[in-house]
Amino acid sequence: MAQTVKINVTVNGKQYEREVEPRLLLSDFIRHDLGLTGTHVGCEHGLCGACTILLDGEAVRSCTIFAVQADGHEIQTVESLGTPDNLHPIQQAFIEKHALQCGFCTPGFLMTLVDYLGDNPNPTEEEIREAIDGNFCRCTGYFNIVEAVKLAAQKMASH
Amino acid sequence: MKPAPFDYYAPTSVEEALATLHNLGYDGKVLAGGQSLIPAMNFRMARPAALVDLNKIRELFYIKPTSDGGLAIGTMTRDSAVEKDPLVAQRFPIVPFVIKHIAHPQIRNRGTFGGAIAHADPAAQLPALSVALKARFLVRRQGGERWVNAEDFFMGPFMTVLEPEEMLAEVVLPPMEKGSGASYQQVSRQKGGYAQAAVISVVVVDENKRCKDVRVVLFSVGETPILSQSASKILVGNVPTAEAIAEVAEKISKEEVDPGTDIHGTAEYRRHLVKVLVRRGLTEAFERAK
Amino acid sequence: MAGKYVHQSILRLEDPELITGNVQFLDDIKLPGMLHAAFKRSDYAHARIKSIDVSEARKLPGVIGVYTAEDFGDYIKPGPLQVPPPTAIKGATYAARTTMPIAKDKVRYAGEPVAIVIAESRYIAEDACDLIYVDYEPLEAVVDLEKALQPGSPLVHEDLPSNEAGHVRQERGSWEQAVKEADLIIKRKFFINRNAGAAMENRGIVVQWDKHAKQMTIWCGTQSVIALRNQTAARLGLFESQVRVITPNTGGGFGPKINTSLPDDVLITYLAMKLDRPIKWFEDRRENFLATTSERDQVHYCEIAVKRDGTIVGLKDFFYHNTGAYNPYMMTVPLNTQTHTVTNYRVPNFLTEFYVVFTNQMIVTPVRGAGRQYGVFVMERMLDAAAKELGMSPVEIRRKNLLPANAYPYYTSIIGQDFVEGVLDSGDYPSAFEKTLELIEYDKFVKEVQPKLRAEGKKVGIGVACFSEGTGVGPYEGARVTVGGNGKVVVTTGYTSQGQAHYTTFAQIVADQLGVDVKDVKVITGDTGYFGWGAGTFASRGITVAGTATHLAAQKVRQKALKLASKILQAPEEELELADGVVRVADIPSKFIALGDLATLANPMRGTMEPGTEPGLEAVAYYGPPYGATGAGAVGLIVEVDPETMQVSLEKMAFVHDCGTPVNPMVVDGQIHGGIQMGIGDAFYEELIYDENGQLVTASFMDYLFPQATDMPKKLVLGHMETPSPLNPLGIKGVGEAGAIPIPSVFTQAVENALWDTGVEFDRDTLSPSRIFTYVQQAKGA
Repeated sequence: MAQTVKINVTVNGKQYEREVEPRLLLSDFIRHDLGLTGTHVGCEHGLCGACTILLDGEAVRSCTIFAVQADGHEIQTVESLGTPDNLHPIQQAFIEKHALQCGFCTPGFLMTLVDYLGDNPNPTEEEIREAIDGNFCRCTGYFNIVEAVKLAAQKMASH
Repeated sequence: MKPAPFDYYAPTSVEEALATLHNLGYDGKVLAGGQSLIPAMNFRMARPAALVDLNKIRELFYIKPTSDGGLAIGTMTRDSAVEKDPLVAQRFPIVPFVIKHIAHPQIRNRGTFGGAIAHADPAAQLPALSVALKARFLVRRQGGERWVNAEDFFMGPFMTVLEPEEMLAEVVLPPMEKGSGASYQQVSRQKGGYAQAAVISVVVVDENKRCKDVRVVLFSVGETPILSQSASKILVGNVPTAEAIAEVAEKISKEEVDPGTDIHGTAEYRRHLVKVLVRRGLTEAFERAK
Repeated sequence: MAGKYVHQSILRLEDPELITGNVQFLDDIKLPGMLHAAFKRSDYAHARIKSIDVSEARKLPGVIGVYTAEDFGDYIKPGPLQVPPPTAIKGATYAARTTMPIAKDKVRYAGEPVAIVIAESRYIAEDACDLIYVDYEPLEAVVDLEKALQPGSPLVHEDLPSNEAGHVRQERGSWEQAVKEADLIIKRKFFINRNAGAAMENRGIVVQWDKHAKQMTIWCGTQSVIALRNQTAARLGLFESQVRVITPNTGGGFGPKINTSLPDDVLITYLAMKLDRPIKWFEDRRENFLATTSERDQVHYCEIAVKRDGTIVGLKDFFYHNTGAYNPYMMTVPLNTQTHTVTNYRVPNFLTEFYVVFTNQMIVTPVRGAGRQYGVFVMERMLDAAAKELGMSPVEIRRKNLLPANAYPYYTSIIGQDFVEGVLDSGDYPSAFEKTLELIEYDKFVKEVQPKLRAEGKKVGIGVACFSEGTGVGPYEGARVTVGGNGKVVVTTGYTSQGQAHYTTFAQIVADQLGVDVKDVKVITGDTGYFGWGAGTFASRGITVAGTATHLAAQKVRQKALKLASKILQAPEEELELADGVVRVADIPSKFIALGDLATLANPMRGTMEPGTEPGLEAVAYYGPPYGATGAGAVGLIVEVDPETMQVSLEKMAFVHDCGTPVNPMVVDGQIHGGIQMGIGDAFYEELIYDENGQLVTASFMDYLFPQATDMPKKLVLGHMETPSPLNPLGIKGVGEAGAIPIPSVFTQAVENALWDTGVEFDRDTLSPSRIFTYVQQAKGA
């Protein structure tokens, strides 16, 4: 039987205790062990950014971290942001600017931006592009995402 | 793309980590930020028998000023922490500038300063930066330690002087001399992508604007970071004229680098880039030198 | 044609659920007892399989089964053709060698499955793959398109006399005549490469077999639920009604997800039945690169015959098309290339001929653009070459030859992917072109900006290119529109969605017809349990074909509602209107009946029904166009090139398009945006590179350069035109691929213009700084 390790992780404010194999990727843990399937997996080699989550408040790729490494840490996923009836300002801005099409990459963008806009509330267009450079999108050409980030920054400033 | 199984150790102190590495010998592999190692494991190109995860060792995360005006950086300090640290920016403005070129923010939030150096990817920024800044590395093993100069550390692609039971514990950056200037020049296919050619230039000028010291370090154009010899031969003691800089650039590109042809560029193109980037880098570094 | 909703940029109805993670994508599906599959894939591009040893893999704890071709017996055979052969084209020949679900005796591309593992987890399944030992006898790989047809080349399919997979020759007018009339004939050779679909969500499938109900459910992000259902049922000896295919939310399609009878769906449906357990296979990115279909290369030998004043008198294009190891998709891609070579300009004489070639590479099937951009690239490059030779500007030569606004319908004489002669239904190409010049400020740039910047030593360049996009082809799609007793409307169609906003745009169409709030229209796509007819999502045909079917079905429901309401309200139909969810007498708003109540009354539980009446406020409609609606437009681009490093910066792009009536202009813009990104990838970043042994050396995002946010133009201006298509009642044309089509053409032209003083001329797309450097070196040496 493969080695398993007991871990304690707080995800979206809720504590979970689980036994995991050390090789289990954090992305798989979040999605399949915890059933939080809002986080998506697009490449499993740290390039596409679809699996971006917040680990202790910082945006990271969950496909290049092992679940065991999240032991004792706090995670936020897209499920922590808003609900359809009560959207996060970034989500609202994405909808208003048509910044999502298939929506697969979107959770990764949102988590990247929650972290980024928290530290940089008033970015220039060029800074926005650099901030989302580590998230791939095949549908939008990024144009409307950049617009959505500008709008989100405004919305968050007025909150 | 799921990693093969491995044994997992998560020591909480350096002593414990060193003991574990000692016991594991060749089976043990240090896991720092994992931003290169874990993708390789997901592809099953890397299959370490055991991982010794340093992420729980709080004593390895730090940026401390040294009394001489330099810095000591704990091996597990995240790239983004170094990038955003005001003291680093004040003492070594080149460092955050270079770090911004490492992949993307999410990677820098996880990748570590020491991890990137120990990984010794010939296309990575931090090994070259450490050579350019005359960094010294504290290498520890169970019951012992040694200091290694960055220049002597890198043996080949993904190869260093580290023994299996050793660990890079701290990177010390000696202070920048008065009259220093630095520049980073990189060409990559995309922002955050691997450099096709890159050069870090650190120069020191005297009050007469003569070159006192120059370190031109190239990477991604050879098996390890390359510290140019001709730069100092040609420039030290002289006023760095455009002609002299051009001569250095020419000489380096012809004699000191060995870029290969890959899918993104021919060797000829990358050699040409070296010439351009050395010229641009040295020009900028001397302009900044004060 | 504008309505309350049609032609309005309403926000997408699907977004609130989608953006909060409240939807189900394929890999989110978890069924009790579900097993996981992984493929052992060939390391060789071309090799004979001497033996496969799976004994160790079978012993691994957690492994349920390991299967090779021999375990499947007669079940393993080449799959059906996904697209018919081009028998409508006189003289066309072809050899069909369709996809093998699992390699038997021989592997024909690196990544071809040789075994499949079913295990308790994907992790264990991959562990087991590592324990499968295959003894190969390597064969020389067929990689180079032109060498593949030379005598003595190794054969991908040894039962064929050569690697030729097909040949098509079509002629409009007479090339011979053009040669006689021409003042000048210019010859060029082009190498064109094409990228992967690279949807952010990889492919995947989940199959469940209910042995008691004898019912199979397949979840799959396929672009064609109908093809998947029908081929699965036929293969397994089931009725279509015993197989239900459901598309979960799907993370992009872009072409490759159209394919069916691939190893995964063939083997996993079988094994789910055999093992009586649900099985999931979710492709990883490496597999997606290696083994999911993509587009590849063409080599063109082209001649253009022109008059001294720039008038085109003829074009001759001879090309080779790489189809990979198998050709289940027949000739859609090269036929699109043929048709789109001459759909923007007057070319009285056109001779076009191609050979399709088997190679030891991944199967080629359409990717967004689907061969159209090769044709456009060839034509645009030839015009650039001719302009240079004749001392004309790129603008002048295009103006001279663009099809005039009164040319429609324009018959091209070239039979296309839908096997009918190409007809351009409507358009105004000159206006689109002029508008593009305006938006990119062409004159100002050339006369003022560029000279000034050049004087400063900056290498800035401009390009402008035209394109057309044959869209919305047949055969047909269908839709059912049903009003519920709750007053809300449900639309079901066999069409599938991968992010194109059908849940909003189809609802807009229906809401206008039935006078309901668009939010009260629920659209269900891609579920054969709801609607079992249709062809699939390809050729930018969603809104044009399925949208029109939806419109027609909604109209039928409207008629039914009016007829019934007329009786109940005792008012003539002409005096009734549908609005605000009710049918009311226009002049007497108090005299109304709610649509929901009407729907209840339309399904009487007792009494009698008038003969000829069908129950319910429900109708089904099908729509099949005689030929496709052609969208078109033009693009302008300004670039700056670093003359030393050859890095290219995209300073400004202007893109003008005409897709007839935009049902939702915001969505149309989004489609263009995405296409542009793929076009930029095509022009400068993305490339599937096979080495001389047929190994794909770009099987990860580390090597395959996916365009990022900072790779996009710094400024993008879109221009809109609306020339309604006469082919359908809403006047719609497709737009899904438009953005992707002209970018390589305009990019090469702009970079050439920036480096004008080097005299460089590019004979290929997918440039890179290194390639540009090499071209410049060669131009200097020449």
